[in-house]
Amino acid sequence: MGLDRHETARHSAAEGAVAIGQTDQLASGRKLRFAAFALIMFLVIPILLGRSPYFITVLTNGAVLSFISMGVWITFSIGRMNLAQGAFALVGGYAAAILSTRYGISFWLCLPVSGLVSAALGAIIGWPVLRLKGVYFAMTTLSLTEAIRLLALNGGDITKGATGIVNIPRPGPISIFGITILRFDGANPLPYYFLACTLLVLGILGVWRLSASRLGWVFRSLRQNEDLATSIGINVAKYRVMAFAICCFMGGIGGAFFAAFHQNIYPATYTIADSVNFMLYCFLGGLAYIFGPAVGAFLLVISFELLHAVQDYQTLIYGLLMIACMLWLPNGILSLGRIHFRQRKNLVS
Amino acid sequence: MLVNGVVLAVNYALIALGITLIFSIMNILNFAHGQMFMIGGFVVYYLYGIFRINYFVSLIAVVIVLGTIGWCFETFFFRRIRKIATREENSMLLAVGTALLLENLALSIFGEKQRGVPPVVTGVFRIGNAYLPAGRLLVMILALALVIGLLLLVQYTKWGRAMRALAQDREVTHLMGVNVDRVAAYGFGLGAALAGLAGGLLVTVFGVNSGVGNVYSIKAFIMIMIGGAGVVPGAILGAIVLGFVEAIGYQLLPGSITYLLIFIALIVFLIFRPQGLLGKPWG
Repeated sequence: MGLDRHETARHSAAEGAVAIGQTDQLASGRKLRFAAFALIMFLVIPILLGRSPYFITVLTNGAVLSFISMGVWITFSIGRMNLAQGAFALVGGYAAAILSTRYGISFWLCLPVSGLVSAALGAIIGWPVLRLKGVYFAMTTLSLTEAIRLLALNGGDITKGATGIVNIPRPGPISIFGITILRFDGANPLPYYFLACTLLVLGILGVWRLSASRLGWVFRSLRQNEDLATSIGINVAKYRVMAFAICCFMGGIGGAFFAAFHQNIYPATYTIADSVNFMLYCFLGGLAYIFGPAVGAFLLVISFELLHAVQDYQTLIYGLLMIACMLWLPNGILSLGRIHFRQRKNLVS
Repeated sequence: MLVNGVVLAVNYALIALGITLIFSIMNILNFAHGQMFMIGGFVVYYLYGIFRINYFVSLIAVVIVLGTIGWCFETFFFRRIRKIATREENSMLLAVGTALLLENLALSIFGEKQRGVPPVVTGVFRIGNAYLPAGRLLVMILALALVIGLLLLVQYTKWGRAMRALAQDREVTHLMGVNVDRVAAYGFGLGAALAGLAGGLLVTVFGVNSGVGNVYSIKAFIMIMIGGAGVVPGAILGAIVLGFVEAIGYQLLPGSITYLLIFIALIVFLIFRPQGLLGKPWG
């Protein structure tokens, strides 16, 4: 145990040194990469694949799943393994569904409101639950996913039980100066795709900004040692609830998007398997990288949509992949890039 | 109702003891525990239900199959992770991966159907005004015997002492000349076998299907959170509490509401006592 901690400390110290030494260089490189990513998402893909509703739907799923997983990434950054993201996606989805079917509120208002509902619930539940650490937190959040599903199942008239809420209205059209630019009808998934990309790009920008800010450093200090963080005057309880609420907010938004996209929501829409998947995306991409969740989610979503033949065994392969990755690539796919970088540096020096 | 509570409590004690054993020895939370329970149920279903092999022989087969699975997990997966891991989440993630693997293997091999087995013994006993089917009595007695046997094993054998030492301090145990890797692998196998045995016993009462894994994993987590993780008396206490609450709840309310209330009660309980009833304060 003592050895492990020493190892971790050395590891993060090394990370810190790398970060300080190459901040400028890396920052410009990252901006460039991010711009290229946004360009591909908004221009190249719609032009290339715009005529194939199927691929656009797959990519839409990938984008929003990445967005939801980025929330989990934030809770990883405070050192908690969050298995409740499915629960908060469900809460967000139900919030959007109830608000739009019952009260006729526009989707554009429902989207942020359901995020806020999720965040508020996350803060209330998170306050006691975040006192738990490590496996205790993982166990509790896993139970929470199941608890919220049961809540939706027994919600009576509000959640309509097992039949779920169907016929959720589509988002209204977006228009500027009376000219409709995006019309959300059933025929073309492209508007949904643009919405999903906007969410993802905003999500990445937000998380990027967050992790570069003081708040990001506070979160990382919580991961390394909460007692030490307390001793330098950080209000640990406040910040960890904040991180969890941000995570739940992203889960809620994603859930609301899918509710409107599929026009239905059931208690079984998000189960434990989904909570595990959100975590798996983060981890597969790499927990040390902001792009980690997006890389993991797109890779898995796209590859399994393309490989129809193995779809029956999808989760089996997820399981194998997770084990293999843990054994041979414990820092995620993006760590391959860093290994390459290090080798090059060694050659130069 | 209370009789059902006893039957559930004793079997849950087997599950909780298995997960506690693995947790305390290796500091790994076995997310696949419920899946191991489910596989134990299927082994009994195939050997006893289909091939008509003696029930007790089937139970021994369960021990062998699950013991091997547990041993392999520790030897091939977790041992390596302990050596290369840089974050403590790694072993947890790996445990989740093994749970996914077992669940989906079971789904592919055994299918989705709910499976039951014919009763091992027939007849009904009457205690006061409660009726106790002989099958449940048998399950209860077997489980009780196993729990007592396990406690004796851990307390009084050389091997049990090595495991307890390992739970206390890994490095010192190593220094004392214990083959840590071997004891850990056997410990993992034993924990897995206990989960499988609980599955093999309860399959005669409730049947089994390949989706029950997560349900029982969650039950195991609830039990060790009530009692306190890594503490043997805590595991037993947690099992008793959950067994009775569940039996009483099912009598009065629909099943899913019972569990909803249990979850709410658990979260409120954790506010006041995050280390469980018998666990040591930590963190």
